[in-house]
Amino acid sequence: MKADLQTLEKTASQIRRDIVRMVHGCQSGHPGGSLGCTDFFTALYFSVMNHDPKFNMDAIGEDIFFLSNGHISPVFYSTLAHAGYFDKAELATFRKLNSRLQGHPTTHEHLPGIRIASGSLGQGLSVAIGAALAKKLNGDKSLVFSLHGDGEIQEGQIWEAAMFAPHNHVDNLISTIDVNGQQIDGPTKQVLSLGDLRAKWEAFGWDVLDMKGNDMADVVRVLEEAKSRTGQGKPIMILMHTEMGYGVDFMVGSHKWHGVAPNDEQLKLALAQLEETLGDY
Amino acid sequence: MKKYTYTDKKDTRSGFGAGLLEAGRKNDQVVALCADLIGSLKMQDFIKEFPERFVQVGIAEANMIGIAAGMTIGGKIPFTGTFANFSTGRVYDQIRQSVAYSNKNVKICASHAGLTLGEDGATHQILEDIGLMKMLPGMTVINPCDYNQTKAATMAIAEYEGPVYLRFGRPVVPIFTDPDQKFEIGKAWMVNEGADVSIFATGHLVWEAILAGEKLAEEGIDAEIINIHTIKPLDAEAILKSVAKTGCVVTAEEHNRLGGLGDSVAQVLAANNPTPQEYVAVNDSFGESGTPEQLMTKYGLDADHIVAAAKKAIERKNKKA
Repeated sequence: MKADLQTLEKTASQIRRDIVRMVHGCQSGHPGGSLGCTDFFTALYFSVMNHDPKFNMDAIGEDIFFLSNGHISPVFYSTLAHAGYFDKAELATFRKLNSRLQGHPTTHEHLPGIRIASGSLGQGLSVAIGAALAKKLNGDKSLVFSLHGDGEIQEGQIWEAAMFAPHNHVDNLISTIDVNGQQIDGPTKQVLSLGDLRAKWEAFGWDVLDMKGNDMADVVRVLEEAKSRTGQGKPIMILMHTEMGYGVDFMVGSHKWHGVAPNDEQLKLALAQLEETLGDY
Repeated sequence: MKKYTYTDKKDTRSGFGAGLLEAGRKNDQVVALCADLIGSLKMQDFIKEFPERFVQVGIAEANMIGIAAGMTIGGKIPFTGTFANFSTGRVYDQIRQSVAYSNKNVKICASHAGLTLGEDGATHQILEDIGLMKMLPGMTVINPCDYNQTKAATMAIAEYEGPVYLRFGRPVVPIFTDPDQKFEIGKAWMVNEGADVSIFATGHLVWEAILAGEKLAEEGIDAEIINIHTIKPLDAEAILKSVAKTGCVVTAEEHNRLGGLGDSVAQVLAANNPTPQEYVAVNDSFGESGTPEQLMTKYGLDADHIVAAAKKAIERKNKKA
């Protein structure tokens, strides 16, 4: 079931509302990266991936998504709820005691849609590769997707995985890096330069695509392009250019909203910019 | 003292290799991963028979653990293989998040544990791995004592659902357990029934405990020897039953005295039946280069040290009485 662009835009607007409300509701969490990646999540779950919200861990015959930069859990949870994995009312429990919606995603509380814990950075690419290898062994033609922060790729394990996947022709894997140029302590250029990302991933043997991550039409187009390039011997890396905090004017483009919750006044200002399209939880 | 003899000696890692092959034959979901140590982990026979079910990851242990966790999604049962040091300390956070907290059915199989890897020295001689692994919620920790037991344990963990740390070693040691044994995870094995002192031993120290039991018998001391091959979950019932009879304890392990089998036993005793206990373990230090025999003597892990510890435990018991 592929939603049209207008429907995707409406869904993304509601997910952005959910994100700021969830983070406000517990006065903690990570709105910046969540808002920046909302278009990607919306396209993935409502247009690109073949997946079943009647959740099954092994996902035989289904596409799988892994969130490696687990701190952007609000966008993941809202997307899963709207896709039918669990009741959206549960979004109100985010980061609260006895919730399945932990600060960082986990399988530990058996939340449908989550297949691995993430939060400690740099581990998800290896996990995605493992799931892709299992699909190949099972003769399962469906795909594995993963998302990573650009700051996250400063972790060494990412580059172990980067070397492994092309050597082993893991060509049923579409990974994406959220290139927003921001991390906790400031712009990536100041903290630890990432250099020429395209040249780096190409040098490791990946098929690299660029995406305008806050342009829904481009997100869908590039993800479909990536799908068409699977099965050709190379893993695929999408460099997704986004703005942290996209959709809320006072949050856009600053690392200051990486992990800070809006106050009551800021919530009001943010929600005024985001249309309620599917009903607030 | 029950008589234990052996006709053959082999390394426990070869028991792992043989068990992996059998597990692979029994269940086609079993896959193996290795970080550039196929020969050391004795994985050749598995790879020869099931080349498509083997993943060579190169010298990248963190990636190996992550890939193994991912392969469980889709039903695979991954066995990772490298040295104990690189199986635990090097990848602790990967095991913690992607395997233990995520409750993935990964079998972390670790060779060259403890001092007995010998000449390579302390960089490779991890003595903290049991402690690291047993602290992870949901992790099963197993340290078998000879070739046959390691083979049986390897086959047993393939049938168990959940994360497991399986620890074995490099040196050639006597084969004294039953080749057709059924390995029961979490169930201690009664090696010798006795009345004067309980010796709880794991891994390579079980054979040393048997040698110690023979020496003690010559001096009229009747030692009960129990093989605690599973450190977690611990067979507390077997420990308490034995202690109720003997009233004093020696624990023996090729591990730091902090965080190993001895501490697990002490915790059970402190809560249920406080009992004099002596540790045969490495005294909070790193190892060094040497032959396995030299190191076991220097660091106090051989039969003579178990004998001395047993006498001391009995003395403390008698003083208490």
